[in-house]
Amino acid sequence: MRVLKGAAAVVLGAALLLAASFAAVAQGLEAALAKFTSDSYTETDAAIADIAASGHPRAAALIEALQDGRLYVSEDKRVLWRDHAGQLLEAATGNAVDLGAAGTVKPVRINNRIRRSIEAALGGLTLLSAAPAKRFEAAQAVFKSKDAKALPALETALQRETDAGIKRALAEARAAVVLNTPDAKDSDKIAAVAIIRARGDQDARALLAGLAADQSESVRRAVADAVAAIDNRLAAWSVAQNLWYGLSLGSVLLLAAIGLAITFGVMGVINMAHGEMVMLGAYTTFLVQDVIRGTVPGLFDYSLAIAIPLAFMVAALVGIAIERGVIRFLYGRPLETLLATWGISLILQQSVRTGFGPTNREVGAPHFMSGAFELGGLTVTWNRLWIIVFAGIIFVLLLAALRFTTLGLHMRAVTQNRRMSSAMAIATGRIDALTFALGSGIAGLAGVALSQIDNVSPNLGQSYIIDSFLVVVFGGVGNLWGTLVGALSLGVANKFLEPYAGAVLGKILLLVIVILFIQKRPRGLFALKGRAVEA
Amino acid sequence: MITRRLLEAADGRGRIFLGLLIGLAAVVPVLNLALPATSPFHVSTATVALWGKYLCYALLALSLDLVWGYCGILSLGHGAFFALGGYAMGMYLMRQIGTRGVYAHPLLPDFMVFLNWSELPLFWWGFNWFGYALLMVFLVPASLAFVFGWFAFRSRVTGVYLSIITQALTYALMLGFFRNNFGFGGNNGLTDFKDMLGYNLQSPQTRAALFAASALALALGYGIAQAVVRSKAGKVLMAVRDAESRTRFLGYRVEHYKTFIFTLSAAMAALAGALYVPQVGIINPSEFAPANSIEVVIWVAVGGRGTLIGAALGAVLVNFAKTTFTTGLLAPYWLFALGGLFVLVTILLPNGILGCLARAPNQGAETADGSAPWPGEHGGRGRPIGRAGAGVVKREAAAAPPAAGFAQPAE
Repeated sequence: MRVLKGAAAVVLGAALLLAASFAAVAQGLEAALAKFTSDSYTETDAAIADIAASGHPRAAALIEALQDGRLYVSEDKRVLWRDHAGQLLEAATGNAVDLGAAGTVKPVRINNRIRRSIEAALGGLTLLSAAPAKRFEAAQAVFKSKDAKALPALETALQRETDAGIKRALAEARAAVVLNTPDAKDSDKIAAVAIIRARGDQDARALLAGLAADQSESVRRAVADAVAAIDNRLAAWSVAQNLWYGLSLGSVLLLAAIGLAITFGVMGVINMAHGEMVMLGAYTTFLVQDVIRGTVPGLFDYSLAIAIPLAFMVAALVGIAIERGVIRFLYGRPLETLLATWGISLILQQSVRTGFGPTNREVGAPHFMSGAFELGGLTVTWNRLWIIVFAGIIFVLLLAALRFTTLGLHMRAVTQNRRMSSAMAIATGRIDALTFALGSGIAGLAGVALSQIDNVSPNLGQSYIIDSFLVVVFGGVGNLWGTLVGALSLGVANKFLEPYAGAVLGKILLLVIVILFIQKRPRGLFALKGRAVEA
Repeated sequence: MITRRLLEAADGRGRIFLGLLIGLAAVVPVLNLALPATSPFHVSTATVALWGKYLCYALLALSLDLVWGYCGILSLGHGAFFALGGYAMGMYLMRQIGTRGVYAHPLLPDFMVFLNWSELPLFWWGFNWFGYALLMVFLVPASLAFVFGWFAFRSRVTGVYLSIITQALTYALMLGFFRNNFGFGGNNGLTDFKDMLGYNLQSPQTRAALFAASALALALGYGIAQAVVRSKAGKVLMAVRDAESRTRFLGYRVEHYKTFIFTLSAAMAALAGALYVPQVGIINPSEFAPANSIEVVIWVAVGGRGTLIGAALGAVLVNFAKTTFTTGLLAPYWLFALGGLFVLVTILLPNGILGCLARAPNQGAETADGSAPWPGEHGGRGRPIGRAGAGVVKREAAAAPPAAGFAQPAE
């Protein structure tokens, strides 16, 4: 019982204290609002600072209203404001006001000086906002504006902040402000430089490089050291970034070329319609998404998972049709096969153009594939990451299929020595058809992936076909590892050449390098050895 | 023996072909210029320009047939030599514009003024002289072909590998010429030509003269090609096509023959390009597009590979069809037709129209060699397998069975 009474007393005391503090806050607000009525810029400026300092829940809304010209002074010297809904309210109490009763109202005038104060005050207020994302944003804004007026708010926010990431952002913002305050102590400045140095990105470098020249010797040395350290770090990250882009391009090339490598390896056929299989895969994805959008939008995130087997099947079936309908008649005449498949590619392209129109079709990304995340100084987009993973999975599966299945065994046998395989009762014609279906199906899968990063148009395949050839020819025939190494090295080389030579010239250089390489090793990086090859 | 008979037959056909070309060169300008427009025999200037273009294509096809039909080199980049020749001529025509350009600069072509260039780049010097430009028309593509061929053939890059790198070559050139700072007008290319050797390019007289020049160039190209393939070197070339390794083992320097024919062919393609540009009035980087080069191959395949005349015929036929198709209601179906042509010709007409006509008498013999093993890229499959020149090979094999007898795989 006594305990209960004691508790009640504590609660009552707390409530009284709270009420008293509310009253104080409200009084602070009223005193501040009174300053608006004097219609002088100096007083208005003071009023803004006071409102911000009052900590009143309506403070931010009122200052915003002032910024938008929605804060008024009525004839009877009351301060009114109009909220976003357009309702006129009494600033001090928050009660609605009848416009007729208020008489004529005049907006509080502002000029550029006031606007700066408003921005700083708002920045300070959002630094204390309840939403973490808002606080983080405000910290970033202060880091950029380096406004000394935000310093008190920053200090308060730093003390209150519990989230480590936001705390770091706040500390960085304070460091930026300190560095730009001419009369700050050297020791503070050096500590600030250390914080900025730890941030280490392009903005940090710009901040340090843009500092005023009249710093003391020790500060200047700290800044110079920090800039050098950031430069090193940025250079390392840019290498990492290039490597990442190269890996990403390489995985795309791998996807596009790996099916080609199989058909070329087994049948000696350069399938010029391979790019169109990629395109068919991309259009299958489009169709799947189209159907899902129209019928069950909830399944959209699974659209790619549905499209993957369908794209494989569509491309594989078209592949079988091509093999049985055309290529079968051209056995052993690789150059003629090349021409015939080129003809098929024209027909497929034109069919899609007739059916779907010549313009790009929209293929959406499921939510797990959109957006990006930061990894140190590296920006990693989810779709690229997933494509690399996808390419890796396909590569491993294909490797396993060739190594452990009967079909794979037969395919390898036919690649190495067709006639001997035939003598061992392997139906080489059937293997050809299945190989072609497999290669085309994988191209269809590549189409699903490429629909996420490229325009889905009838020309999609054309833009990859020459690169795919080069990968296959560079990597060598009959060895998937050759294709992997070929794709990745061409991708990485391309991205490392780009910063020095530009995108187009880099590509030309790469073409020339591959042409020269073929002279040196006419059968690619990983050439099949043995007499069967020397036909 | 069979070969000689065939050559004699081709020779007779060749005389008709040459006569036809020279006749065209003489008669068409007269029909165009001398007859009034109302006359039923009048040939309109538009037709003259169109057929002049076809004749340039025919020369290009002829040049490709020389390497593909007679030496088994399937170049998917012959459009590059054609375009380079065209660019050399285009540079001369650009310099002839002089102050009549939009910016009226006395020295610099319009696009250079537009790009704020202050002086003429070194590689544009001398192109105001026709002789120098004509030299460059041959020299640049031929040197490129020589260097490219020398490296490729010495390393024994053959078959599809060679096809792919020739394609990469023209693709690389296309990317380069699309760049503004490459110095050839970027993606607009060279255009707005005014006159050539002082004659207005728009006038019917100049157009008729260009038509005659194209016909004569085709005749000249045919004569040279015919002389080459009938010579001893030509026989070696065909041997290279049919059994490259064996020819090498017999002591011939295969790469020398290949480089020679590749360079000669590139020069012919360049001449075609140089005549093409003044007639169509523009040259731009899309001429380098790999698709264009592949299209040339189908012209040759349609007409008949390894027949020279067939290649020229195929070029004219396919392009005539293209013009007919793409100007009417059928325009959206042209690519279907072209694609179908690729497929059907390779399957049903492996020897082209002319090859078909030539072998019609001994149709029955074709199946006789059906089981003869032939060295193919990946070993025999119990079917007739030839390399690029399968048609001609089979024709000889069919009539002379002993030839098939020693056609063992080369290893």
